[in-house]
Amino acid sequence: AGGMAAAAELVLLVLLAAAGPGLGQARPDALREELLLSPLPAGDMAATFQFRTRWDADLQRGAVSHYRLFPKALGRLVAALGVRELHLALTQGFWRTRTWGQPPLQAPAGAELWVWFQPTVTDIDKAWKELSNILSGIFCASLNFIDSTNTVTPTASFKPLGLGNGTDHHLLRYAVLPREVVCTENLTPWKKLLPCGSKAGLAVLLKAERLFHSSYHSQAVHIRPICRDASCLAVSWELRQTLTVVFDSFAGGQGKKDWSLFRMFSRTLTDACPLASQSKVYVDISPKNKEKELLEVTPPPASLHEAVVQGEKRTYAVYDLLSNSLFNTSRSLNVQLKWTRPQDSSELPTPVLHAHRYVSGYGLQTGEISTLIYNTHPYRAFPVILLETVPWYLRLYVHTLTIITKGKENKPSYIHYQPAQDRRRPHLLEMLIQLPANSITKITIQFERALLKWTEYPPDPNHGFYVGSSVLSALVPSIIAMKEVDMEQSPLFTSLFPSSDGSSYFVRLYTEPLLVNLPTPDFSMPYNVICLTCTVVAMCYGSFYNLLTRTFHVEEPSRGGLAKRLANIIRKLRGVPPL
Amino acid sequence: AFVQFQLTVPVAVVFAPGSVPRDLPRPLPFRDVQEMEIPVNLRTSVMSRYETVYRSTTAQENIALNAATAQEADAALHPLQDALLGSLTMYVVPETSSLLPQGISVYVGKHRSALVRAGGGLATLHSRLQQLTQVMSFTSSSIAAALSDGVSDGQLGPDARRHLKSSLGYEITFSLLNPDPKSHTVDWDIEDAVNHYVQPVLDKLSLVANFSVDSQILYYAVLGVTPRFDKESSSFLLSAHSLPHVINPVEARLGSSAASLYPVLNFLLYVPERSHSPLYIQDKDGAPVSTNAFHSPRWGGIMVYNVETPASPQASFPLHVDVDMVRVMEVFLSQLRLLFGLSREELPTEFLMESPGNEGLADWELDRLLWAHTIENIATVSTTLTSLAQLLDKIGNIVIKDDVASEVYQAVASAQSAMAKLAAGHLHSAFQASKEAVTSSERAFFDPSLLHLLYFPDDQKFAIYVPLFLPVSVPILLSLAKIVREARQRKKEPIKMD
Repeated sequence: AGGMAAAAELVLLVLLAAAGPGLGQARPDALREELLLSPLPAGDMAATFQFRTRWDADLQRGAVSHYRLFPKALGRLVAALGVRELHLALTQGFWRTRTWGQPPLQAPAGAELWVWFQPTVTDIDKAWKELSNILSGIFCASLNFIDSTNTVTPTASFKPLGLGNGTDHHLLRYAVLPREVVCTENLTPWKKLLPCGSKAGLAVLLKAERLFHSSYHSQAVHIRPICRDASCLAVSWELRQTLTVVFDSFAGGQGKKDWSLFRMFSRTLTDACPLASQSKVYVDISPKNKEKELLEVTPPPASLHEAVVQGEKRTYAVYDLLSNSLFNTSRSLNVQLKWTRPQDSSELPTPVLHAHRYVSGYGLQTGEISTLIYNTHPYRAFPVILLETVPWYLRLYVHTLTIITKGKENKPSYIHYQPAQDRRRPHLLEMLIQLPANSITKITIQFERALLKWTEYPPDPNHGFYVGSSVLSALVPSIIAMKEVDMEQSPLFTSLFPSSDGSSYFVRLYTEPLLVNLPTPDFSMPYNVICLTCTVVAMCYGSFYNLLTRTFHVEEPSRGGLAKRLANIIRKLRGVPPL
Repeated sequence: AFVQFQLTVPVAVVFAPGSVPRDLPRPLPFRDVQEMEIPVNLRTSVMSRYETVYRSTTAQENIALNAATAQEADAALHPLQDALLGSLTMYVVPETSSLLPQGISVYVGKHRSALVRAGGGLATLHSRLQQLTQVMSFTSSSIAAALSDGVSDGQLGPDARRHLKSSLGYEITFSLLNPDPKSHTVDWDIEDAVNHYVQPVLDKLSLVANFSVDSQILYYAVLGVTPRFDKESSSFLLSAHSLPHVINPVEARLGSSAASLYPVLNFLLYVPERSHSPLYIQDKDGAPVSTNAFHSPRWGGIMVYNVETPASPQASFPLHVDVDMVRVMEVFLSQLRLLFGLSREELPTEFLMESPGNEGLADWELDRLLWAHTIENIATVSTTLTSLAQLLDKIGNIVIKDDVASEVYQAVASAQSAMAKLAAGHLHSAFQASKEAVTSSERAFFDPSLLHLLYFPDDQKFAIYVPLFLPVSVPILLSLAKIVREARQRKKEPIKMD
């Protein structure tokens, strides 16, 4: 033991020497947390949480195995499977773009997963399968149902949000499970990835019984590599955990449009996460309809933040949970919003881009999918990329594809179509469509419903089959010019999508998922047939058996038949002598 | 299935000049074989066979043995031995030799050799050598522990069940639990500590399995038990009987090893929250544990690291804490040794063991591990294949694919070759073969095509035909009853006639 102790002492000296200057050093990882409260035009309230962990280390090089704020489970996943970018969203409900406006982050109903792999990964399909299985274990979601029948490789719609060029789209995989139901069991592992868990900071508001009592709930995980600094010589990794929830003013109680943190989450904020370097609450108080301020916020915010978000000038009241003055007056922060006069619900501003999709037709043989895309911009046309993934059991007739704008045919400038293969892969249709100013574009395509094998039907097949949302990606021209902002300084909700220049902003929208009925057999039929046949056979057998085995012999008249005996009983009861 | 192991240990006994006992049966050099039966259970028998070569020292060995101390002699002798895994060399030195300290008659070196003091005649030497070979290779208890999965538990002590199961790889996770980040900012230089203390041990153990090491810091992770306040010492105490409840709530936060299938060894460093410190662990008798740590068999270890509270009340929070990794790693490394079953057994006082130094374990300890793991692997293969055979017996119409069949053949062949190599004394190749056997057998057993739920159970097939069988059986049963009734009546009738 002597030798070991000596060596140990030596190392201790080295450790002490290293610890001295290390104290003042900036840590390689940082956490920012943020809550954005935005009142929606209809009187509902959207709350968007963002937690960003940034780590100045290269996960890909493999040498990293000592985690602090970054969750180990995800870090190991990224390193082991050669993931360059990962986006997973679990959503319950549908974001109504038309009435709620452009979402900060939308996700399709159900589960959505898209991943860019490193060019070094040789077998991407295998890595994709493994990744979805592991994620399914981490998030308790049915992501293990992702297979080749619902995976596509879009060519234009999903560009990497982080570093790296997105030209080699073979490295991309995209899948949506519209049937997935999101609930508490998905929220708990999501919260566990936060450094402070749900014990401190903004995450204390995340109470499952309130979050799922809402019109829309979407939680997401985004991992991507980003530039470490302006010179971009080194890579940092960023994990963004976002959660958006929309509270309904009527379901919330009494139809009042006044909101507070306590009314939404039945909790108030008492502190920031001690590990966070930034912890802020933003409240969108920008006046709607260009009128006088309608919204009153209490307590009075310490500062205001003005930004151009999604083509509109917005004003935010900012509460910094890390500032000492905030919790000096009261022990907890309960942000309250009050409308000073009733809002005019008739004059809802419609978003520049929104879409609507439905299935039409009758009978169980054919049908038609129609997508309506609205461009409400008064004078600017802009292109939009539409991505449709349709399961193989709806056989699309591509020759019936029509795109009509303002009564005239609209020729897409780019079409990528990958036909489905039965039980192997879905249809993939990507189109670049020019939307003229102030127009409605209608896209229709007809399909035929396939017959499935009896084992391929899911439980409760009469409920119908889901077709995942189609995806619209567009650079929407902005009415107000935006200025370049520093990503590290601006609020998190503005900085996930890269901004190209000042004149337009990026929007990704998802349409409604479709529910289509397929010809469904009567699954009890085989059993009914077996039962009926068996009964008939048994009856035949019974009479035949009787015929063969019955022996006939003459019987002497006995005490009488059943009728006589019954009559005797009745007579006895009446007190009359028997027959 | 009856399994018979034969374990052959090549032993060389080398006599230094002046140490040859007078009553040696034959002149040097000569060979001798000793066999010993180790009783395990009814289905398994283990025969240990020591193939001993007795010879006198060579000139080089003589020079090496003339060193001043036993350590130096051990180091000088190391290059002269053949480096075969599992082989042992014992040097018998004269009774008067100054190599060994006073009162010590056996010195076990860092490698695969030992020095034994002559004297007391052949019988004493023999018993010493026998004890020594068992310490350095395997004892009946280590064999029994390795086979314990096939044996019903109960007769084994807690020690045997503490060891990790043999596996192709292990993941070692160091976690720093900081339940109170508002009061303590805890930093640990785990990267440096792993490189300095853990990696040398793992390099040595890399022969046994693959290892991966990582670490994490978990905030707001609390133990599942509220410690008891002790007024006398003004400290908080965790009693031994509450320790089993400590791990569960923490484990939910540790995260699963989703990316691999290897078992995880967790080493937790717990910095108690300010309102609960200092925190001490008590043993069964109520005395504080000196290391302030405990380990959980087959799971890992936990150490409580108390932060000195500042004397002045105006100290600013959070308090910065740099963990003394030397203290922590000493505990974790000894726990690691315990988990691998490398604890040093109680030995007579005349035995002296060399400390393994920075590598953490001596060559012969590695051999011990290999012996135990090889036997355990073969036992695992036998159990796996037996359960597979039972499953196949239960479901008659199960389909065995060709690749599954070839895995099974491969597993049997590898297991047989492992046993043959054990009998021949080639420990390393036996271990490799046993690993292959485990891999093949597991792959066969966990093949998705062998899922028994895929096969329609026979009793449900019967249920479908109940609508046929039930109505058909009614007339048959009725007529049977009628026959019985008639037969009875016919029996009675002659008596009536009388």
